[in-house]
Amino acid sequence: MKITVASGKGGTGKTTIAVNLAMSLENSMLIDCDVEGPNSHIFFKEPMVKLKDVSIPAPKFDLDTCTLCGKCADFCQYNAISIVGEKLLFFDELCHGCGGCKIICPVDAITEVEHIVGVIEKGGTADLPVYHGLLNISEPFGVPIINELKQFADDKKTTIFDSPPGTACPAVETMRDVDFCILVTEPTPFGLHDLTLTVDVIREIGTPFGVVVNRDGIGDDRVDRYCEKENIPLLAKISNDLEIARLYSNGIPMVKGLPKYRELFEEVFDKIKEMI
Amino acid sequence: MKIAITAKGIGMDSEIDPRFGRCGYFVIIDTETMESESIVNGSAMASGGAGPQAAQAISKIGAKVIITGNVGPNAHQTLEAAGIEIITGSKGTVSEMVERYKKGELSSSDSPTVGSHAGMNK
Ligand code: SF4
Ligand code: SF4
Repeated sequence: MKITVASGKGGTGKTTIAVNLAMSLENSMLIDCDVEGPNSHIFFKEPMVKLKDVSIPAPKFDLDTCTLCGKCADFCQYNAISIVGEKLLFFDELCHGCGGCKIICPVDAITEVEHIVGVIEKGGTADLPVYHGLLNISEPFGVPIINELKQFADDKKTTIFDSPPGTACPAVETMRDVDFCILVTEPTPFGLHDLTLTVDVIREIGTPFGVVVNRDGIGDDRVDRYCEKENIPLLAKISNDLEIARLYSNGIPMVKGLPKYRELFEEVFDKIKEMI
Repeated sequence: MKIAITAKGIGMDSEIDPRFGRCGYFVIIDTETMESESIVNGSAMASGGAGPQAAQAISKIGAKVIITGNVGPNAHQTLEAAGIEIITGSKGTVSEMVERYKKGELSSSDSPTVGSHAGMNK
């Protein structure tokens, strides 16, 4: 089974929920898809070790053959190629590696080279393997790494994906092709605002989902009322417990320090199983 | 000679749009005849690469000068390759900037004035 933990904005405790859920389950694994700032691994003592580079094909132009016809520049929907005056300019940070320009070029002036955009690393334990990806600085597109990360999901295990925050392409990529999506929010007006945006996106994708309210007690009951009105299952509320914060500051996940939270996450998992 | 000015609306009286790749319109002025033509910037809504795309567009029109607020690195490189003089830091209306240009009060900028994606409305 595959479960994604997502959140409309950063800082809601999404990673904490993902890590603690994975730790509460038998035979699980954790894949951190927040390739711009993965931090699930900080809850594990084991170091992350590089598994592989992730690359996308990038065009290489043979300027002696190129006739400056401009077909590649017209074709590229990401505007990675410019033809001005007598020059062809290529902006590699705009290129998505779709390979289209190579096909379109009438004189075969374009070949493909591998352009490394980041790495995938593995850590965690034998019982709970952890994978994450790291996008190279200056590379704007995390999606190729997320797609490769998703390949590591083991069908025999329950895989928890920690989604990048927000509702842009990388987050969408982790919310689809999974069995269930947990949306983490805070019980505040901002939390509710970001939740409604994420709900719109996930409904579009069609993945079944439910909400976990984190830091319950810091705000109001608007999220509850919204979920009730929209018929969205509220899976759990995690109180704004000082004990959780104290454990966290010592790098101890709440389910390791406080057994009642392990039960809470097991219940969340049972609820999810009933829904899918 | 043709010069292009980034504008928020059409015509000589419209206000300068400080963004280059994502400006609303380009007002193209022929400095000899002072005839002007306003065109919609087709790159304003591009998901990425609006700067280089807009630079190619004004290069095709044949403008030799661009007067705008800020230019990012990719657009700057493209404009430079196209041999277009880049004038940044502009304010006020299109006609005011044309006058100042004709008087020789404006100097060109030889490096990008903002980072990538500065003109995007997040
Ligand atoms: S590979 Fe695709 S995205 Fe990259 S330059 Fe070619 S057409 Fe554009
Ligand atoms: S399509 Fe080929 S020949 Fe035409 S400009 Fe691009 S690289 Fe050059």
